[in-house]
Amino acid sequence: MPELAIWSIIGAPLASFLLIGLGVRPAFGPRQASAGYLTILAIAYSLGMSLWVLAETLGAEGHRLALPTHEVLSAGGFSLEVGLLVDGLTAVMLIIVTAVSLLVQVYSQGYMHGDSGYTRYFSYMSLFTASMLLLVLANNLVLLYVGWEMVGLCSYLLIGHWFHRPSAAAAAKKAFIVTRFGDFFFLLAIIFLFTQTGALVISDSAGEADVYGVVGKTLTGAALTWVALGIFAGAVGKSAQFPLHTWLPDAMEGPTPVSALIHAATMVAAGVFLVARFFPLIHAADTAITIVAVIGAFTAVFAASMGMVMKDIKRVLAYSTISQLGYMMMGLGVGAYAPAMFHLFNHAFFKALLFLGSGSVNHATGTFDMRLMGGLRKAMPWTWGVFLVGSLSLAGIPPFSGFFSKDEILGAAWHRGDTLGQFVFWMGLAGVFMTAFYVFRALFMTFHGEYKGGEVGAHGEARHPHESPRVMVLPMVILAVASIVSWVANAPGQNQLAGLLGYEGEEVQTFPLALSLIAALAGIGVATGMYLFRALSAEGVSRATRPLYTLVARKYFFDELYEDVLVRRVFYRGLAAAMDRFDRTVVDGTVDMVGLVGRNAGRVLVRAQTGQLQFYGVVLSLGVLAILAAFLLWGR
Amino acid sequence: MFDGLLTAIVFLPALAAVAIALVLRGDRTVRLVAAGAMAVDFLLTVLAWLRFDPSVSAPQLVDKLGQYDTAPWVPGLNATYYLGVDGLSLPLLVLTALLGMCAVLASWHVTLRVREYHVLLLVLTAGVQGVFVSLDLFLFFLFWEVELVPMYFLISIWGSGRKEYSAMKFLIYTVFGSALMLVGILLLRLSAGTFDMPALIEQGQAGLIEPAFLSLQAIFFLLFFAFAVKLPVWPLHTWLPDAHTDAPTAVSIMLAGILLKMGGYGMLRLNVGIFPDVAQDVAPLLAAFAVINVIYGALIVFRQTDLKRLVAYSSVSHMGLVLLGVASMQSLGLSGAALQMFSHGIITGLLFLLVGLLYDNAHTRHIPDLGGLASKMPVVAVVFLLAGLASLGLPLLSGFVAELIVFLGSYSAQPLATVLVAFGIVLTAGYILWTLERTLFGPELPRFAEVRDAKPVDVLAMLPLVAAIVLVGVYPALLADIFKLGIAGILPG
Repeated sequence: MPELAIWSIIGAPLASFLLIGLGVRPAFGPRQASAGYLTILAIAYSLGMSLWVLAETLGAEGHRLALPTHEVLSAGGFSLEVGLLVDGLTAVMLIIVTAVSLLVQVYSQGYMHGDSGYTRYFSYMSLFTASMLLLVLANNLVLLYVGWEMVGLCSYLLIGHWFHRPSAAAAAKKAFIVTRFGDFFFLLAIIFLFTQTGALVISDSAGEADVYGVVGKTLTGAALTWVALGIFAGAVGKSAQFPLHTWLPDAMEGPTPVSALIHAATMVAAGVFLVARFFPLIHAADTAITIVAVIGAFTAVFAASMGMVMKDIKRVLAYSTISQLGYMMMGLGVGAYAPAMFHLFNHAFFKALLFLGSGSVNHATGTFDMRLMGGLRKAMPWTWGVFLVGSLSLAGIPPFSGFFSKDEILGAAWHRGDTLGQFVFWMGLAGVFMTAFYVFRALFMTFHGEYKGGEVGAHGEARHPHESPRVMVLPMVILAVASIVSWVANAPGQNQLAGLLGYEGEEVQTFPLALSLIAALAGIGVATGMYLFRALSAEGVSRATRPLYTLVARKYFFDELYEDVLVRRVFYRGLAAAMDRFDRTVVDGTVDMVGLVGRNAGRVLVRAQTGQLQFYGVVLSLGVLAILAAFLLWGR
Repeated sequence: MFDGLLTAIVFLPALAAVAIALVLRGDRTVRLVAAGAMAVDFLLTVLAWLRFDPSVSAPQLVDKLGQYDTAPWVPGLNATYYLGVDGLSLPLLVLTALLGMCAVLASWHVTLRVREYHVLLLVLTAGVQGVFVSLDLFLFFLFWEVELVPMYFLISIWGSGRKEYSAMKFLIYTVFGSALMLVGILLLRLSAGTFDMPALIEQGQAGLIEPAFLSLQAIFFLLFFAFAVKLPVWPLHTWLPDAHTDAPTAVSIMLAGILLKMGGYGMLRLNVGIFPDVAQDVAPLLAAFAVINVIYGALIVFRQTDLKRLVAYSSVSHMGLVLLGVASMQSLGLSGAALQMFSHGIITGLLFLLVGLLYDNAHTRHIPDLGGLASKMPVVAVVFLLAGLASLGLPLLSGFVAELIVFLGSYSAQPLATVLVAFGIVLTAGYILWTLERTLFGPELPRFAEVRDAKPVDVLAMLPLVAAIVLVGVYPALLADIFKLGIAGILPG
């Protein structure tokens, strides 16, 4: 496969971005429909090429294509060699990114119809996809970092699409800045790695000074651990893991298709991909890989708990994403490399589906607040059907795809048999119960029971819900089919995906599998009891557990801690204000003081210049006398 | 040796200034002639770039009148008219002409004493260009002083706010630095016996300079002080926010875009070039000041409510990276410092241009009064976003390359300082995005109903800067290769 063809996977959406931004928008205005067609065309092309890449990779020796690198920059003993890295991991990611993005773009045509920023939206969507593809394909840490930051930028631009809404502008800013904390550590890791080993190329076919090659050779001990932790910190920011999770729920301010893309295939997937990309490095550092497992397991439960109490359907799904990314991280942490990537693959489809479903509901009711919904099953049968499929997959009910990948992760944790494995397994199991509960709670509150009228109109009238147009339903149906069958990519006993990723899996174990199925069914059961049959009042439960409920519903007060206490009080009103005052009073004050002294000294001396000869004579004589006296007293 | 091109580049703006002062009448004519002269000047610098041989690190395109020792230009001083460019000065020369051109375009809306204004602006540009191409230390000092006078008048007459105070503050600071630099230059002349800068660097590298009075360290710091005022290095920075804030738009562009770079250029060429051993010894000190500049500057940015003052303090923060690159005393870090100077020049020049446009249209720079301007000024908003993102070090824009190379170069020499300075990327992202949010985003405000977007002449001024930011960001080798060559000339090996 020619190298240029692989570059064109990135090039097509990038060209679409430039064409829309510099051509379509200035020439035809902000609502031009061709922007959508261009984007879809470009991404469809990339999907086609990605399938070709997958076919080539499956046939290649070691599932890795040999590709050259090109020097683009050299400065004082440093050279930047840019190239593409295509192995099994890349091939899988390419399919996820292009397939999900394509369906999201098709759906967007309906969802964003009539929006005053239609062309802008699609140009950024093109750039978003191109950036993620660059990140996935890069064979150089610097190039990867370029893609990494561009993904962050596009998230910023798209979350803030409706920038006239203060909440959207604030959410966009928050997403960028919170993830920048992770980027800071990632950048330090790159710098440290380069200084220690000189390696920036990730995997060189010649196999020498590349990142994979230096592990255990010039990169050992504490240095290895620090690099691994730095990379993981970058992933914590992008994948919204604890403690940098706060930006993702707020990112719901963006248009819903953007959320679908961010949550399924791009932004947050980038973090998991990063850990997977540097898995040989991170796995070699015991401390680092343990931290990955612990953070992942903790986040899985921590985020799921918040998902159980949210009133906004998109926020339920947002916490669900954080929690599911936690599963992927803990999978990587316990060494289950292929299962984690398998879960990323499955999750991409069912989570994109759930988000598009919530967007469809919003299209009909004008709100995301589940308390204003209910009973939509009759008006929106297609949306209900696909949402049910997505929910079953997320909850992990066989034969839906989520069941297979999640249980491979839990099975791998169980199989380890050590304390870490046990911790991860039981945390994961608790998460399974909570996941099943919150997603079915959302399903029942939205689609079952009585319709509550949706968003209240200007004259107090209720909205009449209706099924979404075909251009929105069709992508959802395709994703629903994918959510049912995507497990065949790594079917039990066949393990094609694991083979492609060069991973040797364990036997399927019935005991952890049975436990997790019971937990999932229990979660669904409780949700059914509370929200479908009303056997147990949800209000009653929350009242009975008031302090705990408040803690969870207020998101453990992390927003208050970060924004009110740390940013506003400690940083803005404390540190920055003190420095500002110091600068004005001490530093600049000294300068003004010196100026003042200079001027006043002049004013005093001016008085001496009276112009009277007699006065000068007196002073002169006194001077002579003084010199004489001094000579007589201290002379000799 | 007299190539003539550099002389033409330096004196073309001066010649245009003379023509405007003595011959030309009419505001429109003056503007067109000034813009035309700067456009030609810029094209001449591009020609110089094309003629520059990227395989030679010695000065090229040399203009030299007379010979040192045998037949100097100024016999009593043994000083000579000696111009030339190398890899370090060539990009800065191009930058000066580029920003000079944009500054003239940005002055299109100036209506007060148009003739005098353009004369001063052109003289200023000529003076700074002279600083970058002088290879005679005496000539260097002359050009260094030329810039002062027009700058003082430009701020004190066409400025706003406390303009007299700010202009005087700028003048006193700079003169104070110049006085010490003059002492340093004279000591250097007495010690080494020549004003020939390439010869001085050669002698300095070989350790042949014996101080006539005081010590090498003393001469180093006498020179360094003048450059530290210009860069500026904390705590010598407080002239900068005042001067930038009260200067007219075009002058802010020149101040931030080029005048600060004279400081960095002087450090690289004279401090590092002639005194490599001293520079090596004091590197930890420089690194410490770099950290203060970056972090302290960024913290203060958060408290600013005047948009111009905010950009000014962000300059203090960003110039700390230049100091960190210098403190690395390695070719990679020094290249990064030079790149950062160029990159900061185009980014901050653009930012001041945008702030000026915003002020002209919205009639306020007070950030709490601003908001929702994105839909009123889409072009300004998009370019502002781009300039802001470049400033916060987004890849594919020029700022990122410079920052990355500085960090990669300085980590092995100054690990702690590098880590602390790198944290600046988080702070920068914070204040830039917060500023964008407060000025451009949010609901449209009724008081800005009459606000208009950029006019064609404004777009013309922005375009070359935007192009440069993207070009350097996407293809950094364009600059990095040239700077590498220049750094090889001042720090061999």
